Amino acid sequence: MHNLLRYAGQAIFLAVIAAFIGYFSSHPVYRQMPEGMAQIKLSFAHGAKRLVDCRKLTSKEIAKLPANERRPNTCARERIPIHVQLAVDGEILYDDVLQPTGLSNDGAAQTYRKFLVPAGAHTISARLTDSKRSEGFDYESEHRVTLKPLQNLAVDFKADTGGFSFN
Amino acid sequence: MKYIKSAIRWFFDTAEALLGLAFPANWNPMLNLGALGFFFYWIITASGIYVYVFFDTGVHHAYSSIEYMTNEQWYLAGIMRSLHRYASDGLIIVVMLHIAREFALDRYRGVRWFSWATGVPVMMLIFVAGISGYWLVWDKLAQYVAIVSTEWLDVLPIFGEPIARNFMSTAALESRFFTLMIFMHIAVPLIALALMWMHLQRVTKPRINPPRGLAIGAFLSMLGLSLVYPATSHAPADLSQVPGDVALDWFYLPLFPLLENLPGPVTWAACATLVLIMAVMPWLPPLKKAAPAVVDLANCNGCARCFNDCPYNAISLVARSDGLAFEREPVVDPQYCVSCGICAGSCPTSMPFRRVSALSPGIDMPDRTMADIRQNVLDVSETLEGSGRIMVFGCTSAMQIDKLKSSKFGIIKLNCIGQLPPAFVDYVLSRNLADGVVLTGCRENSCHARYGVRWTQDRLARVRDPQLRNRVPRERVKTLWAGCSGGKKLAATIEEFSAELAQMGPVDMKRRAKPVPDPMLESADA
Ligand code: SF4
Ligand code: SF4
Repeated sequence: MHNLLRYAGQAIFLAVIAAFIGYFSSHPVYRQMPEGMAQIKLSFAHGAKRLVDCRKLTSKEIAKLPANERRPNTCARERIPIHVQLAVDGEILYDDVLQPTGLSNDGAAQTYRKFLVPAGAHTISARLTDSKRSEGFDYESEHRVTLKPLQNLAVDFKADTGGFSFN
Repeated sequence: MKYIKSAIRWFFDTAEALLGLAFPANWNPMLNLGALGFFFYWIITASGIYVYVFFDTGVHHAYSSIEYMTNEQWYLAGIMRSLHRYASDGLIIVVMLHIAREFALDRYRGVRWFSWATGVPVMMLIFVAGISGYWLVWDKLAQYVAIVSTEWLDVLPIFGEPIARNFMSTAALESRFFTLMIFMHIAVPLIALALMWMHLQRVTKPRINPPRGLAIGAFLSMLGLSLVYPATSHAPADLSQVPGDVALDWFYLPLFPLLENLPGPVTWAACATLVLIMAVMPWLPPLKKAAPAVVDLANCNGCARCFNDCPYNAISLVARSDGLAFEREPVVDPQYCVSCGICAGSCPTSMPFRRVSALSPGIDMPDRTMADIRQNVLDVSETLEGSGRIMVFGCTSAMQIDKLKSSKFGIIKLNCIGQLPPAFVDYVLSRNLADGVVLTGCRENSCHARYGVRWTQDRLARVRDPQLRNRVPRERVKTLWAGCSGGKKLAATIEEFSAELAQMGPVDMKRRAKPVPDPMLESADA
């Protein structure tokens, strides 16, 4: 009898542990986003124009260079910071100046941002300047979309495919 | 720190005691945490290999291959998948408990820093392996795990382009990250296994297999769970949607909501601080190191008992260097010695009866020598009076035995109960220094110095040298293994025992046949 009780005790303990594992391996469910919301994710990596334009080397300057490094132009490596803006229904959600990466500031500037917006119809505007211009933007796109709850709208930027894309 | 430790210790003591009601002593799950960890590791490996056979390693077909296992071949691959998941959860539980217990028992400082330093990275690798595993299902949970972990990694300026951009949209999704995850999910557990092997390097006879009964029980419980509540996937990953509600595995992913919602620098700083604290913990504060065991060759006959009994591989045997007619001599490596004194307790020359020569055994503890202990016994016995006198030998790591001190009960504290040569029991009773002897220490299988309790039991049972001599009346010797919370039980036990002894009357050891031989001369003659 005593042994039976002990076996029962062991079985109960092991069953409780199994139940504990079973429950917490998938409960409680975690809600990642409030109900009725959607997400806009803006992310890109883009190398802006150079801070100083390339210029032609004079023949004297070319002559001074070691034979294996002679070239017609010289270009400073540093890039211009990028100005980027994202607006939803006219309201600016994001306005930032992105510095180039890299030790010599010669790498692509990059961003990765997420914005929660209520599901429904929206007009999304994305703008970007990667040159020295002081007014207006080099790239500007507007996208009308009806976002479903939990929808994830990815806003990417690639200069060689014409600018912003909305997926 | 002290209070945290006592609280955790209380928890483990209570859990051990409660589980002790149902499980035989050597099956107690709390005393087999490390071994259960290994056991779960093997279940995970075996089930993982099986699941891998049916797994499609491309990101676009992984999900359907797992659905096939779960739904079509539920009776085997599905069960294997569930076992793989639930044994992994079990592994995390036992590893966390193991770490907490070793911490509470102060088994991570001093020379034991090595086990801590190799164990903590194992825990981290297990987390990494588990997290990468969730990635491979490529369902909504995998999508959540992939995005949150890459966003978190992107906080560090180590990647040229944010790696989370891989999961921007379905169009951006490539298999390269997925392949990397498969590689990690296989490589990381192998690295963990190598570290687990290192983790055991400084302990003798490590217990890496749980007792068969416990192993069967643990396996059946995981199998039962897999049948009753099989592991399933979420809907397939869809990067055009936010995963939304995710059924997190809270054993592996409890920090993910925090990583997702708190600023990256804060979570990185918190994790780095935690890792740093874990890394330096063995030296926070450094353990005041007791002096290691010291060999006295003049009294050593090279019998190797100390070598066999040391629980920490701290003793090696080398060729005899002093010209005596013995083959070997023990050498203590102070780096590994935890000063438990078990070696001194095993030495045949730790003989309290020795009168001609001073009591200096072949190996002894400078901070608590055998001569000290004998003097202590003699002094304490002077203070005992009346009938039912008891000499209580106990270790400093288990319960507080000081409180029991009275005119009837003498208290002798040892580094570990394994430090006591059984000849001391004989000595106390044959010299009428008390009417009975109680030996007490940590709970069975839970000895602070690993083998002190076990060797003591074996010595008393005459199955391990040095054995308790036959002439000692067993009814006058009691043992109680009760851990740090067993004070009340011990008090009750010795009161009761004292009453029994009083009824028995004074010790009569006239049976004493021949004088105790001198082990040095005996072995030398042989
Ligand atoms: S004191 Fe303990 S750890 Fe040190 S040598 Fe002796 S048995 Fe080994
Ligand atoms: S005599 Fe003592 S010190 Fe020497 S080997 Fe035997 S147990 Fe060790």
